[in-house]
Amino acid sequence: MLTEAKVWEALEAVKDPEIPVISVVDLGIINGVSVSGDAEVNVKLTPTFAGCPAIGHMKADIIEKLQAIGATQVVVDVLYNEPWSSNKISPKGRLLLKDFGLSPPPPFDGILTLEVLQNAICPNCNSNNTWMMSPFGPTACRAIHHCRNCKETFEQFKPL
Amino acid sequence: MNNEAIKDLIFRIADDELVMGHRNGEWTGLGPIIEEDIAFSSMAQDEIGHAQAFFILLQEHFGQGHPDQVAFTRSADTFRCAQLVEYPIGDYAFSLVRHVLYDTAESIRLEALSRGSFRPLAELAKKLHREERYHFMHAQTWFRQLGNATEEANQRIQAAFDQLYPIAFSLFEPTAFDAALVADDIQPSEAELEAKWVAMIAEIASLSSISIPNVADKTIHYGGRSGMHTIHLDSMLKEMDEVFAIDTQAVW
Repeated sequence: MLTEAKVWEALEAVKDPEIPVISVVDLGIINGVSVSGDAEVNVKLTPTFAGCPAIGHMKADIIEKLQAIGATQVVVDVLYNEPWSSNKISPKGRLLLKDFGLSPPPPFDGILTLEVLQNAICPNCNSNNTWMMSPFGPTACRAIHHCRNCKETFEQFKPL
Repeated sequence: MNNEAIKDLIFRIADDELVMGHRNGEWTGLGPIIEEDIAFSSMAQDEIGHAQAFFILLQEHFGQGHPDQVAFTRSADTFRCAQLVEYPIGDYAFSLVRHVLYDTAESIRLEALSRGSFRPLAELAKKLHREERYHFMHAQTWFRQLGNATEEANQRIQAAFDQLYPIAFSLFEPTAFDAALVADDIQPSEAELEAKWVAMIAEIASLSSISIPNVADKTIHYGGRSGMHTIHLDSMLKEMDEVFAIDTQAVW
């Protein structure tokens, strides 16, 4: 029988195509799953950035992976009622981002201040002696920083 | 709740985002430095994504067509964007100053909408307002940097500001739906949003050694909200829609 636990497990295999090491679960964009009737699945997804072009790809991948474990119908609702925050990235997800070479977003309380936006730890040498070169990088969710310690330029998954 | 009023409001915001996004995307490959090339391209992606999210609201709640159809098959006279966003990108000073004026206004509007009574719109506005912080920060950083830099930099920013500030009042052009939107607690009046924007822009300008020009008649650039646009919108749409028009039913 298809259970919610099995659905969550299958979603671990759905990765962000732009950061293929992290799953949609560790990214914190799945707000809920439910299984009803004859293995009909509903998934509530909330995007990291609304303009993220990977949403369509991830939706299709979710449907494919859940059909593979026996879901007869899969509906993925894209919702904003419980918006994503970078605080929702799991501890495991943060480690995966760092290993991928992306500085994980610093956790923050409530308001996203300028200090939070500019604070990034170098994923190469772990120094916090860094500065933000640009709040915009090669994808909507990345900023570009530079490390004064090891002199490397690096990307950060933006806090939001 | 007045559905026509909300629908019109969402069209206005979506069209502002779509057209601004397309214009900012014209910097791709042409930015004065690579970070700014990427910044304007990235903001363009955000803005077009925001437009898409608003078009999805129109599809889900107001019976409009698929977002791609709505974005790429309408003629200029059915667009509800403000005239400010239509102008070609000009030089970097022009695009930077427009970015400051536009994103300050958008930030104020989204913040207000996030407290509105139509939940789907309020929830989306709250989400987008958070993303908007990055645009707002980017705009202010460069505006202050260049306004307070060399004499030439300050003069070029001031010249663009003198040209664009009067046009930016088009963002707050009143419409016949204002009263209904206030009565239904969807958003404050355009006049109230405009007053906040004027105060915030004055503060940003003073920190950037930029003076505010006198605006004798702020209604000169009105018209966009009722479909009257500059000549620039039509030519931009022809280019934007060109590929889509080859096969409007193509699956991408």
